[in-house]
Amino acid sequence: MTVLARTYRWRMALLAAAVAAGVLLWLRQWNQGLVLTGMSRDVAWGLYIGQFTFFVGVAASAVTVVLPYYLHAWKAFGRVVILGEMLAIASVVVAMLFVFVDLGRPDRLLNVLLHPSPSSLMFWDLLALAGYLALNVILARAALAGPPAAWTRVMALISIPWAVSIHTITAFLYAGLAGRPFWLTAAMAPRFLASAFAAGPALLILLCRAFRYDAGEEALRKLRLVMTYAMTANVFLALMEVFTAFYSGIPEQAAHYSPWTWLSGGLAAAALAMALGRSRYAPAAVFASLAIDKGVVLIPAGFIPSPEGAVTPYIPTALELGIVLAIWCAGALLVTVLFRIAIAARQAEAG
Amino acid sequence: MKITRQAFLALLAATVRAFSKPRRMAMAIDLGKCWKDHGCTRCVQACHAAHNVPQIPDRRREIKWIWKERFENAFGEENAGPAVAGAPVPLLCNHCEHPECVKVCPTGATWKRESDGLVMMDEHRCIGCRYCMAACPYGARSFDWSDPRPFLRAIDPAYPTRAKGVVEKCTFCSERLARGGQPACVEVCPFKAMVFGDAADPSSAVAQLLQARHAFRRKPELGAGPNVFYLLDVGQDGILRGDWQSPRAPIANRRADCQSAPQGHREGA
Repeated sequence: MTVLARTYRWRMALLAAAVAAGVLLWLRQWNQGLVLTGMSRDVAWGLYIGQFTFFVGVAASAVTVVLPYYLHAWKAFGRVVILGEMLAIASVVVAMLFVFVDLGRPDRLLNVLLHPSPSSLMFWDLLALAGYLALNVILARAALAGPPAAWTRVMALISIPWAVSIHTITAFLYAGLAGRPFWLTAAMAPRFLASAFAAGPALLILLCRAFRYDAGEEALRKLRLVMTYAMTANVFLALMEVFTAFYSGIPEQAAHYSPWTWLSGGLAAAALAMALGRSRYAPAAVFASLAIDKGVVLIPAGFIPSPEGAVTPYIPTALELGIVLAIWCAGALLVTVLFRIAIAARQAEAG
Repeated sequence: MKITRQAFLALLAATVRAFSKPRRMAMAIDLGKCWKDHGCTRCVQACHAAHNVPQIPDRRREIKWIWKERFENAFGEENAGPAVAGAPVPLLCNHCEHPECVKVCPTGATWKRESDGLVMMDEHRCIGCRYCMAACPYGARSFDWSDPRPFLRAIDPAYPTRAKGVVEKCTFCSERLARGGQPACVEVCPFKAMVFGDAADPSSAVAQLLQARHAFRRKPELGAGPNVFYLLDVGQDGILRGDWQSPRAPIANRRADCQSAPQGHREGA
């Protein structure tokens, strides 16, 4: 056994152990109830739904490699497009896991299908996510089998607006609520897409490094370019929100800005500066700042203050953090397996 | 043609629906009367006892179907003149005309009943996603973060208890209405401050009150159309009038007091 294979096994075993520990934590949460989290009557959603939102974005970002490759036949992404699809698969699974652990009665999840409710965006979001997962599984399988056939191109073209739709619907989950002024903004969906198209390519770059996968110099350069443009758009849109909230002077708009929102906004600005300055660490900074902005801060900020003006702090519990970490590990496990399959197939082709 | 019993009943129900005007149940709360004893929590206690609503010590996880909130928190600072600032206002589910919670529920576990406009809740279908809590602009919904039963001092066998992991809220006492009764809060109020009835029927007491008095609702600008109205007189100066004077104690300090008081504690007060 080579050294590499041995470290691979260790890594997988460690991730699997973390996932198993997460399952135990979740069983405890199921047994005792969501009282074991930091959520409350006033802050009804926390880290779980935030992380769900973030990973729907990462899933949607596969479009940043799928679109140039399939629509514009841009060959430089030939080696990376399969990784984008694999990442989309893992991200949808992770996003769905985050919704699942947030449910008070996960045993009744099928009620969403048994009693379909077209007026609810959550119903549409679950349909869109399931469809997107299926599309990417089919696309990835086809890509592994050999050169793209005509029907795979059609599927890929369908997946482009579909990717946009999953994150738009996810934004609509929040942006359509009359009673939550922080989220009630038409810029929510565009901003979600911008931050997704920054976080996704950033993660792809990081994963290529981690798997020592040669995606090609040009592909990496273009991914960075997409990331930088998208991050610029994201920060721009965030500033638009700040302007509207504060220049209008409507108290309930500004009330949701707290040191946490300013901190995460500052981190995003710093990450953008690193990307513009072509720092080697820019992809990590962009990814981390967006995981915080969208995955941690955005959701609780919409709940604080409450409609009655109550400021109830939200502090995630250790159990909550443990479950989040375990789902990240499950995602890492899935990405590792899927990427190894993809990389092995590419090497077989090349060899 | 042979007609089954089930088909007959369905036909009968459809006929009744087609020929009867839907009712629109509404509540008018006369704050002037309510403030005759601004420390009174009998409506809260009667409701919570009748519906097995637990008394959870952790305020962050509390479950409440009806509760009292300071006037400015209920209606906004800009609406709370000096005469009413700090006054306690009973809050409950508004049974809106266009309920946000019903719109967002992914399973139909909460719905608007066509016959009388009540916003109903099926805790057996609820998956506990709490989307309705995010959507409700009035904070009317509570989630069972843990098993509520250990926090019940006494269980009323006439009404079901809930399990952990579902959302619950005021039902306008649909179970009492079905028996021809009035909501528990309305019945128990010593000052008859709450009037409940069919607002679509012009001869009803609630419809006439809404005609005659200055009535207002929480956040009307959102378009949800709350069916809980508040009544207060407006002076010649255009300022809301209440008998509300300086509070005996702020509500925040009373909270513990309210929750620990057994039912009927203030009967002699």
